[in-house]
Amino acid sequence: MTDTALDISLTINGERVSERVDARTTLVDFLRDGLSLTGSHVGCEHGVCGVCTVRVNGDIVRGCLMLAVQCDGATVETIEGLSDTGEIADLQAAFEQRNALQCGYCTPGILVAAQDLLKRAKENERVPSRNEIREHLSGNYCRCTGYQAIVDAVEAVAQARAGETK
Amino acid sequence: MKITDDSPSVLTALDRPNSYIGRSVPRPNLKRLTQGRGQYVSDITLPRMAHVAYVRSPHAHAKIKSIKKAEAEKAPGVIAVVTGAELAKVMTPWVGVLTHLKGLKSAPQHAIAVDRACWQGEAVCAVVARTRAQAEDACELIEIAYEELPAVTDPETALDAKTPVIQPSLGDNLCFERKLDAGKVDEAFAASDAVVETTFVFGRHTGVTTEPRAVVADWNEGEQRMTVYHGTQAPHMMQDLFAKHLNLRHDQVRVLTKDVGGSFGIKVHTYADEMATVALSKLIKRPVKFVADRIESFVTDIHARDHRVRAKIGVKKDGTITAFEIDDLTGIGPYSVYPRTSGIEANQVVNLTGGPYTCPNYRAQARVVFTNKNVMCQYRAVGHPIAVAVTEGLVELAAAKIGMDPLELRRRNLFADDAYPAQSAAGLKFEKLSHHESLAHLDAMMNYAGLRAEQKRLRAQGIYRGIGFASFIEVTNPSAAFYGVGGARITSQDGATLKLDAQGNISVHSGVTEQGQGAEAVMAQVAASAFGVPIERVRVVTGDTDNTPYGGGTWASRAAGIGGEAAWQAGKALRDNVLAVAGAMLQAKPETLDIRNGTVVDVASGAERLPLEELARVAYFRPDTLPSGVQAELMATRHYVPRAWPFAFTNGIQASYLEVDIDTGFVKLLKHWCVEDCGTIINPQLVDEQIRGGIVQGIGAALFEQCLYDERGQMLNGNMADYLVPMAAEMPDIECGHVVSPTADSELGAKGAGEAGTAGAPACVMNAINDALRPLGAEPLTDMPFTPGKILRALGKV
Repeated sequence: MTDTALDISLTINGERVSERVDARTTLVDFLRDGLSLTGSHVGCEHGVCGVCTVRVNGDIVRGCLMLAVQCDGATVETIEGLSDTGEIADLQAAFEQRNALQCGYCTPGILVAAQDLLKRAKENERVPSRNEIREHLSGNYCRCTGYQAIVDAVEAVAQARAGETK
Repeated sequence: MKITDDSPSVLTALDRPNSYIGRSVPRPNLKRLTQGRGQYVSDITLPRMAHVAYVRSPHAHAKIKSIKKAEAEKAPGVIAVVTGAELAKVMTPWVGVLTHLKGLKSAPQHAIAVDRACWQGEAVCAVVARTRAQAEDACELIEIAYEELPAVTDPETALDAKTPVIQPSLGDNLCFERKLDAGKVDEAFAASDAVVETTFVFGRHTGVTTEPRAVVADWNEGEQRMTVYHGTQAPHMMQDLFAKHLNLRHDQVRVLTKDVGGSFGIKVHTYADEMATVALSKLIKRPVKFVADRIESFVTDIHARDHRVRAKIGVKKDGTITAFEIDDLTGIGPYSVYPRTSGIEANQVVNLTGGPYTCPNYRAQARVVFTNKNVMCQYRAVGHPIAVAVTEGLVELAAAKIGMDPLELRRRNLFADDAYPAQSAAGLKFEKLSHHESLAHLDAMMNYAGLRAEQKRLRAQGIYRGIGFASFIEVTNPSAAFYGVGGARITSQDGATLKLDAQGNISVHSGVTEQGQGAEAVMAQVAASAFGVPIERVRVVTGDTDNTPYGGGTWASRAAGIGGEAAWQAGKALRDNVLAVAGAMLQAKPETLDIRNGTVVDVASGAERLPLEELARVAYFRPDTLPSGVQAELMATRHYVPRAWPFAFTNGIQASYLEVDIDTGFVKLLKHWCVEDCGTIINPQLVDEQIRGGIVQGIGAALFEQCLYDERGQMLNGNMADYLVPMAAEMPDIECGHVVSPTADSELGAKGAGEAGTAGAPACVMNAINDALRPLGAEPLTDMPFTPGKILRALGKV
């Protein structure tokens, strides 16, 4: 491992982390196995299903398509961080109230992806339509819900947040 | 959209004060999941834990001539390299048969292949290492010499004399065969005004749980005990099987199941690689973790469907269905899956075809044959999507042939709502169904007449929309008739233990499990209502063979109907126990007291007499102050099993409205409706979400999902980019309606709701596509999934 490992320093959920990682380690494996941040999940391992979605330098990425070493110097936010800061508390509450999750395995990725849409919608001062929500979440597979409850919950939060701005 | 907090109660008989039954209470376990603080098996790490990776057969059928493992054993981090022959010394093989499926046969299956691999993906050698990556690296260093054998991949020729026999000890490739002949089929067809005959094909597909199968096995040599953290639907069944095949006693095996990332029937079977992982832990005396990667999931998670059904219906001009006839063929892989067998799906197809209709003339043949592809077994709505698509496909083709509205033809043939108890031609016994009321509800809910008018108007503009229906029946709350009578050690009963703690809160320990359906919420609702506390004061414990009553887990829509009734009875029993203590403390007759909202009250006036906290304090810390002879029993257990009916059948009807682009063959789903009758509705929101999720899985089968194999038995699309599942953008909004016919077999009256969506959706999408294309003269599409290519071929465009 020594000849293929590299030292990286990054900020994860507001915490400074310096670790030596194997060059081939994906970001999501590093988060889960290296740092025990198990809220980000592994599903398809090739960038299709979205259960590993996390935020890197403000943008959402697939944790299985990015290597940990690419995150040297980056700011990474996971579901654990977004929960603790309260940034998505309203979205989480809407998911719970609307039963927008069943097994919950896809949920952290969906919440991170939905927050990305909601943040940009708020910046543009518009409420996304149901079709836009569905389009935006098309990279996040859910096998349990059939998606309608998820769309309902995201739509409700979009409307509520728009109400707050007025 | 507005999120409504609650739904009006639909319940009358269970009118306890402050009842939670019939209310959309949020599930108690959701917050940890939305915060990423769940505990899935793939999240678990134990001290000294090692990881296993399997070398899998690249061939569909091959003799294993030699395995050279020396290089792998020297690789960094490697702890052990174990072959099938070596593991067989620790774990015995198994045979997946049931005696009530007469004649069903299968060959012994080992945890790791010994001498011969029978499908592409079967594990041939295990590598245990400090990390999964090291184990996978070492797998690359193992040299296996194979002699490729002929692969049997086409079920149609599997029984031909010139086709090689996959399991020589069995004599042929026939796993199971069933024939049924009810009424006078030939006379009925002869007397028909019209006969429609066609062949339906159902693509082989799989569950694609977002969390792959996962197991962490921890053999403690000091305790002589195996603890298995397992993403399973049936912890007690797995305890029994781990014990049996490792030659241990039940008390030496504990199975723990917390969060499970999707199951849908995929995680209720014995998987060779999971059994091997447990055996490896015993062999190397330390925890071993196995998490399937996605390619492994596609080639080893059970597949389902893959049926070819030749089918025929006879009908009179007045719409009376005269007869049904089917010939079903399915290829299930090289082994019947243990312990539920791979004969159940075909058996269900025979049982369920024609089930909603009074037609007494029905002939069926089903043959289940061995092939060299991945094994097939029970997946959500077992057999239903096939039987429903065959029946409802025939019904709509017959309606078109005699020029009758498809809903009208159903009205003339469905069992009347006052005809119960009733029995189908296949011999299914129905306690109480509501086909006509459900149909009428659907008709109104979707504005059928309005949609037909819109369809006609748009056709004139060259827009082709279709409306399709599917009436269905659904098997739920299975009794021992499903598996137990056939000799499988799969329990149909379930239990619940309620315990009052020293602060006056209760815990419910249930034998059912939670994989997201909301079983824990249902248990909390039922227990809180029966006992009389606010739901916040109920904690539910599931998924632990050390700490829950012996139970079957969650499958075949049994959790609410069976586990819920056990919790209801246990709640009543604990209430009686608590009121006996309260009576002694208050010098009142227990029958004049009740527990409401966490307080002992007078039944008549509702006046508060004693908080549960105070009762618990006295009972636990000052029992000396209770009258002599009064012993507080603050824990109660009850079990329940359906006895009056082998299954609690539910019924319903779905409709699909869609648009076919006749230039591209793409199908746009516009709207979907479902009216179903699952008896007492404990939590309306959870029922609706089971229906919606089930419908979308059924839509997947109709339009997208298929495990593609070549003629050599190689799976061609074993990844999530090439195997398509429904995505958010393509799915319609789904409207649900309900009719409530409680089962009288239990006090709760709840039946299951987990299969209904998946049962009916493929049929009504198929019927809607054919309805859209009918004016264009297209041959009816009956070969799922209905890809754009197939649609364009049916239109003669390619």
